[in-house]
Amino acid sequence: MNIVVCVKYVPDATGDRSFEADNTVDRVGVDGLLSELDEYAVEQALQLKEKRSDEEITVTALTIGPEKAVDAVRKALQMGADKAVHVQDEAIAGSDAIATSLVLAEAVKKANGGAVPEVVMCGLASTDASMSVVPAMLAERLGLPQVTQASVVETQGDQVRIKRDGDTATEVIGGTMPLVLSVTDQSGEARYPSFKGIMAAKKKPLETWSLADLGVEPAQVGLSVAWSQVEDTAPRPPRTAGEIVKDEDGSGAVALAGFLASKKFI
Amino acid sequence: MSEVLVLIDHVGGEVKKPTYELLTLAARLGTPSAVFIGDPGQAAGAAEKVKAYGAEKVYAIDDAQIKGYLVAPKAEALQQLAAQVAPAAVLLPSSAENKEVAGRLAIKLESGLITDAVDIADGGVTTQSVFAGGFTATAKVTKGTPIITVKPNSAAPVESAAAGSVEQFAVTISDAAKTAQIVAAQPRKASGRPELTEAAIVVSGGRGTGGDFTAVEGLADALGAAVGASRAAVDSGWIPHTFQVGQTGKTVSPQLYVANGISGAIQHRAGMQTSKTIVAVNKDEEAPMFELVDFGVVGDLHTVLPALTEEINKRKG
Ligand SMILES: Cc1cc2nc3c(=O)[nH]c(=O)nc-3n(C[C@H](O)[C@H](O)[C@H](O)COP(=O)(O)OP(=O)(O)OC[C@H]3O[C@@H](n4cnc5c(N)ncnc54)[C@H](O)[C@@H]3O)c2cc1C
Ligand SMILES: Cc1cc2nc3c(=O)[nH]c(=O)nc-3n(C[C@H](O)[C@H](O)[C@H](O)COP(=O)(O)OP(=O)(O)OC[C@H]3O[C@@H](n4cnc5c(N)ncnc54)[C@H](O)[C@@H]3O)c2cc1C
Repeated sequence: MNIVVCVKYVPDATGDRSFEADNTVDRVGVDGLLSELDEYAVEQALQLKEKRSDEEITVTALTIGPEKAVDAVRKALQMGADKAVHVQDEAIAGSDAIATSLVLAEAVKKANGGAVPEVVMCGLASTDASMSVVPAMLAERLGLPQVTQASVVETQGDQVRIKRDGDTATEVIGGTMPLVLSVTDQSGEARYPSFKGIMAAKKKPLETWSLADLGVEPAQVGLSVAWSQVEDTAPRPPRTAGEIVKDEDGSGAVALAGFLASKKFI
Repeated sequence: MSEVLVLIDHVGGEVKKPTYELLTLAARLGTPSAVFIGDPGQAAGAAEKVKAYGAEKVYAIDDAQIKGYLVAPKAEALQQLAAQVAPAAVLLPSSAENKEVAGRLAIKLESGLITDAVDIADGGVTTQSVFAGGFTATAKVTKGTPIITVKPNSAAPVESAAAGSVEQFAVTISDAAKTAQIVAAQPRKASGRPELTEAAIVVSGGRGTGGDFTAVEGLADALGAAVGASRAAVDSGWIPHTFQVGQTGKTVSPQLYVANGISGAIQHRAGMQTSKTIVAVNKDEEAPMFELVDFGVVGDLHTVLPALTEEINKRKG
């Protein structure tokens, strides 16, 4: 069985994130890392492999991103993935979700010798754009079922069952491999790379592919052909400093009630 | 003027408020047409509701072939409707499932997609709040039929009487779309409080509650508010995940957000930073949450909240 885990390299959310003059995310001037939410995807892929130890299972970590994005798949290798692919091409910069899913779909197939793997594993959302749409788009492009936003994953043979906190109900979703699976941060803590894992990762296969390797035309991707264009980005004006009071013998509640009344909430 | 398709957000035929917000925004782009995917017997009732907010037509799609499966059949149904109507845009309420429907639809229609818009202006320019609410971006779909998902509380619904004439629309769902099956569904228990994402007021509790949400719930009820929580409270098992506000929980944008015993981590802010008025109660005056507030009380929530609740009830008298 083959599992391809899609992981994104994102600017550190605790640092200063910003945009370039062309309104694309500054992915060079800030520290980046493997999106924390994709660590859960790597974890679930590794757990699947461990639970089915009598089978031969290969976990491939896949990322699309600039030069530094290789760090994202390196981390996945350190956690325990078997091999990695980094798709890097100048032409990809500024791609929208449509183009990203196109490149991902082609890379997923190539990473599995041209066919769809049994499981394409994704995170819930990236921590930068956080659209939460790429897994569904991948399923659409690959013609696969989507069993997405899982808080619990169970498999038996080619059957997959997940628990999903749906919009109005908690659901159990079932599907048959091959499929696209995405997992949430409720699915279980991601492991830290061990020293042994870090050393072992250095010897694991890591390939870098360009668009040409995937047979994707540069004219199909990138900022200039994006099907949606960002017109402007601006930092949100800082909120005007509010009034802070210290509660002393019930004064806080009275002051707060006064504030809420002045704003007509009571 | 071209039609603008608006997917009705409903539970068992009961139309939810975000639908009216979307119809209001749709009128800026063309003539709103509502799309009801559900039990055919409930379409007329839904049409009665949406015609008050400008829906000239209501396309009724029987969900018999749709409701048992995740996402893909809905996208097929909307694709078939869009092929017939050639709408100026398709608007969906931003929810986890609708965003996935929109994603598949965008690929099918070879159209651009914008998610989580908080406003749509004439000409289809959207506003999004990005990077945990730290930035605002305006964008526009430049190819195909704009597909836009819109967050709840993005617009004040404007009443506008329209015909609301119901048209049945028959769809054919492929076997390929019926491959992710909903094996079981446990509808959420009604709390008697407003829906978290739609509420005008949200009162949240974090680790600082120490696991006792009584004071938070008491205040919520005095204000007619929904209850929310931080991930720390959810991870501690004090409250179900469906109440979580933040990056990996719900995004809320109420008139008033009251954060109690919540430090204000970036991932929590991501879910509440666009609230109109923010209030916090925290015993640590250095808590980052205080950077966001319009009014803050440094104090113990276990004494401040019950006193506040009493004060509110007294004023309501
Ligand atoms: C602030 C902002 C707003 C944006 N708005 C829009 C918009 O409205 N419409 C639009 O079409 N595009 C938009 N984009 C561009 C879009 O976000 C990127 O194309 C992105 O690669 C895909 O979306 P996402 O990061 O939200 O992924 P999500 O859908 O949130 O990602 C889900 C999962 O898909 C996988 N994945 C996603 N990206 C990669 C990758 N590069 N490599 C490997 N796996 C990946 C991961 O498993 C991830 O957990 C926006 C970008 C930014 C920064
Ligand atoms: C990938 C990722 C996703 C995440 N997603 C989310 C998310 O969706 N939502 C979310 O909330 N978090 C999320 N987090 C977690 C986030 O980083 C914080 O850990 C979390 O928000 C902390 O919750 P808290 O503020 O309740 O707890 P703490 O940070 O521990 O803060 C507790 C606060 O309560 C105050 N306090 C204690 N006792 C009292 C008292 N008696 N009266 C008044 N105040 C008191 C303390 O001063 C402190 O400020 C995510 C993290 C990661 C890595």
